[in-house]
Amino acid sequence: MQEPGPDARHDAPGSTNGAGGTRPTSVVKLHGAVIRFAGDSGDGMQLTGDRFTSESAAVGNDLATLPDFPAEIRAPAGTLAGVSSFQVHFSDEDIHTPGDAPDVLVAMNPAALAKHLGALKPGGTLIVNTDAFSRRNLSKAGYEANPLEGDDLEDFAVHEVPITDLTLRALADDVEEGLLNKKEAERCKNMFALGLVSWMFSRPIEPTVEWLGVKFATKPAVADANVRVLHAGHAYGETTEAFVYTYEVPAAPLPAGRYRNITGNQALAYGLVAASVQSGLDIFYGSYPITPASDILHELSRLKHFGVRTFQAEDEIAAIGAAIGASFGGHLAVTGTSGPGVALKSEALGLALAVELPLVLINVQRGGPSTGLPTKTEQSDLLQAMFGRNGEAPLPVVAVQSPSDAFYAAFEAARIALTHRTPVVLLSDGFLATSSEPWLLPDVDDLPPIDPDLTTEANTPDGFAPLLRDPSTLARPWALPGTPGLAHRIGGLEKDATTGNISYDPDNHQAMTDLRHDKVEAIAATLPPLEVDDPDEDATVLVVGWGSTYGPIRGGVNQARERGVRAARVHLRHLSPLPHDLGDVLGRYEHVLVPENNMGQLRMLLRARYLVDAVGHNRVTGQPLRAAEVADRIVALAGGDREDTQSTPTDQPREVPA
Amino acid sequence: MSTDTTVDQATHDELPQFSKKDFTSDQEVRWCPGCGDYAILATVQKLLADLGRDPSETVFVSGIGCSSRFPYYMDTYGIHSIHGRAPAIATGVASARPELDVWVITGDGDALSIGGNHLIHALRRNVDITILLFNNEIYGLTKGQYSPTSPLGAVHKSTPMGSIDRPLNPVSLALGAEATFVARTIDTDRNHLTEILTAANAHRGAALVEIYQNCVVFNDDFAHAVTDRETKVINQIPLRIGEPIVFGPEGEKAVVADDDGSMMIVPTAEAGDRIVVHDPTRTEPTTAFALSRLSHNPTGPTPLGIFRAVEQPVYDDLLNDQVEAAVAERGRGRLEDLLTSGNVWHVT
Ligand code: SF4
Repeated sequence: MQEPGPDARHDAPGSTNGAGGTRPTSVVKLHGAVIRFAGDSGDGMQLTGDRFTSESAAVGNDLATLPDFPAEIRAPAGTLAGVSSFQVHFSDEDIHTPGDAPDVLVAMNPAALAKHLGALKPGGTLIVNTDAFSRRNLSKAGYEANPLEGDDLEDFAVHEVPITDLTLRALADDVEEGLLNKKEAERCKNMFALGLVSWMFSRPIEPTVEWLGVKFATKPAVADANVRVLHAGHAYGETTEAFVYTYEVPAAPLPAGRYRNITGNQALAYGLVAASVQSGLDIFYGSYPITPASDILHELSRLKHFGVRTFQAEDEIAAIGAAIGASFGGHLAVTGTSGPGVALKSEALGLALAVELPLVLINVQRGGPSTGLPTKTEQSDLLQAMFGRNGEAPLPVVAVQSPSDAFYAAFEAARIALTHRTPVVLLSDGFLATSSEPWLLPDVDDLPPIDPDLTTEANTPDGFAPLLRDPSTLARPWALPGTPGLAHRIGGLEKDATTGNISYDPDNHQAMTDLRHDKVEAIAATLPPLEVDDPDEDATVLVVGWGSTYGPIRGGVNQARERGVRAARVHLRHLSPLPHDLGDVLGRYEHVLVPENNMGQLRMLLRARYLVDAVGHNRVTGQPLRAAEVADRIVALAGGDREDTQSTPTDQPREVPA
Repeated sequence: MSTDTTVDQATHDELPQFSKKDFTSDQEVRWCPGCGDYAILATVQKLLADLGRDPSETVFVSGIGCSSRFPYYMDTYGIHSIHGRAPAIATGVASARPELDVWVITGDGDALSIGGNHLIHALRRNVDITILLFNNEIYGLTKGQYSPTSPLGAVHKSTPMGSIDRPLNPVSLALGAEATFVARTIDTDRNHLTEILTAANAHRGAALVEIYQNCVVFNDDFAHAVTDRETKVINQIPLRIGEPIVFGPEGEKAVVADDDGSMMIVPTAEAGDRIVVHDPTRTEPTTAFALSRLSHNPTGPTPLGIFRAVEQPVYDDLLNDQVEAAVAERGRGRLEDLLTSGNVWHVT
């Protein structure tokens, strides 16, 4: 979007913006826009973005969001490190990514401007809070001169708004009467920005008014102040002549049904609860606090009325250990963490595998290695999930592909764990965890049952044989303590394939190793055929992805098609076992492209397994891939450029003059 | 474990009767001949039968080490897990299934080195488990390295010039974590072992029992001061509930409190009315801790018996109570309500 916007269906000049308009303003209709709110960590940008998202959902837009915040809870105020941002992409079409580059940037201070200006589209709209552009703040952001004064910003439609001052003026009486102090009043300034941007994009602010009333139910003065500042921001847009255009993005033609907005962590927790309800087994969730997985613990701890038991363990190892114990006791056992936590849990994960107990291990991946980038997204734990254990230790790996998809991925991981008696790794990531999208709610009656098939009686005339397997799944019987006559011992030492007793026999170890491999492979027989998106079945480039690259790949393939390239795509829900038909699918295309938020981990697996000459497009900058870079790569590959590529995103911190 | 022993006695006749044999698995026991583990195994098997327990309601969880083979020899439910993690795994079993009788079998290396963190947290949470810590002051399974309870100067495979690590006192550690039941006993004293394990198992909440267990191969007779016929009467300080703490062949030594709150041993004749009367039910673990400091390794006068036994809320009860309270307050959760709990809109 530029002012008035490249894809605008410009209304007649001089038309008003309808209700309450006090002067002629042009209303521009857009298919979609991307807004980024950026400010200091204490400026409330996450909340502002969240509220704008809810308002857009109320209008019926399709949505995708991308929160981005520092790892430090309170990074030094005014610095580049302390900048927090929230990007929201809303559209009248079906969209899959939070948008490559923003059309509108709201910069609440110089650091936010310095960090995010580079991402703003040429011709884009820039709203700055001029009150924050003090000499001190400028220097903290690395500016020698005030960028608002030079010609650095001449490519953009700049709106300089004294947001802090206008906020304080709106609340002057409250401060006078001692209802609020100045600091509390100033803290409402994000609502001014929200009101202004809501006006610009014709969003209703009533849902936010209502929400503020609930949020500050016990502090009516604060609720009232926020509401007044929200209205003041809205009125500022209406009454000043600074804004020549307002915009409308109509509702998207989404499939009929009930929708709600949901983040990946929340959807994942709900998916586990659904599996609990459908299997009749209560959830035991063992976890140690870790970014970006902790919200799953928070969410589940509120759902005790579903029989959920949450256990905040003393460490990552105890978290999985207790989950293994609860699984032995007959619960749907889950442990959630991020990559560093998986490293600590890996020995216990091997135990769960050896004793063949159902367990879901969630890895909400973040940038690594070591502590890495706790709040930034990455897909670099795929090989850890596949191979990060001692010994030959195969287990199923399932990946989440979008925030709402986490519901289905979690359900699938639980299904495999319970019915195949194995730990399952469920891979999500920092982007999926915190970003949100509208979710077409499923009909709960359509969810399949999960049969845990507990053993309650001896399975041989001579008593209970704990390793007598189901011939098709190779799953062993699951007999719970408390069941008379079925007492048995499990453990991490190698067991005799028949009796289940400790065995150091060489041939038996080979047989058990083969069996553990075959048991995971047997899961592939339960998977539906791959869905390949190749409408005319004539594509030359196949794009293969997994996890959160789903959105950018889908967008990139669409863009490449618009540019005349015949491209297909397939997205892998199951990384282990790989679907039976994947080899055939790969073999049908001249080129295979594997874009990933890592340095080529799935590509390595595909090359090793299928001897396919897959090409990579890889980036680990803590940000999701952009659709445009995927499209560029598809087009280049179709033209014969087979180099593996890495890209530099546009939304890197801008070079700041020293 | 959750069952009160007196209730068991009362309903003894109606319970299915299991013998020691019913608690004995068909697996060949593989400890070294003469190992102290045998006596403990036999005691536990007999004890469970005598208490009228059901093998199907009993779970043994162990870590890694010689003692951790224990579950394989019990015909109950069992998990032989990984090094140090048994208290965490047992916490999961007990939390999921509070009605089960859950035991942890561990050793000094397993519980105090690699698994120290899990041990203290299981104790401070007061999970309803009975932990038997087989202390032989040595790593047996890995063939003879010094352990976290080996005394300073101990010469073993990895300490040719003597250990320079200060040892842990398992009873002090457990009391520091405010364990609600802490006791010490000896593998060779069948009666004392039975008495202590019975009390530990009857206790609601986490019970830790340190058992001096002889490793004939790598650390033979390390506890001879308290086990040998001649020396044990001199060195065993029996802790008898409600009785003044005196010991020695003629009761000629007594335990009294020093000015700084620590305990010291004085001739009974000089102790007067200062002799400490043993009361493991004191709310604060302070006195029990002071008693535990009378010895560090069993090389001299060493208290044996129950240091602490207090009633505190039990973790698995609290956890399950919260679930019940949530269901009572909100009704059993319905998936449909959960999915529609946010701001829902309709597209037609
Ligand atoms: S090494 Fe020591 S502790 Fe281990 S079985 Fe042999 S005697 Fe027992």
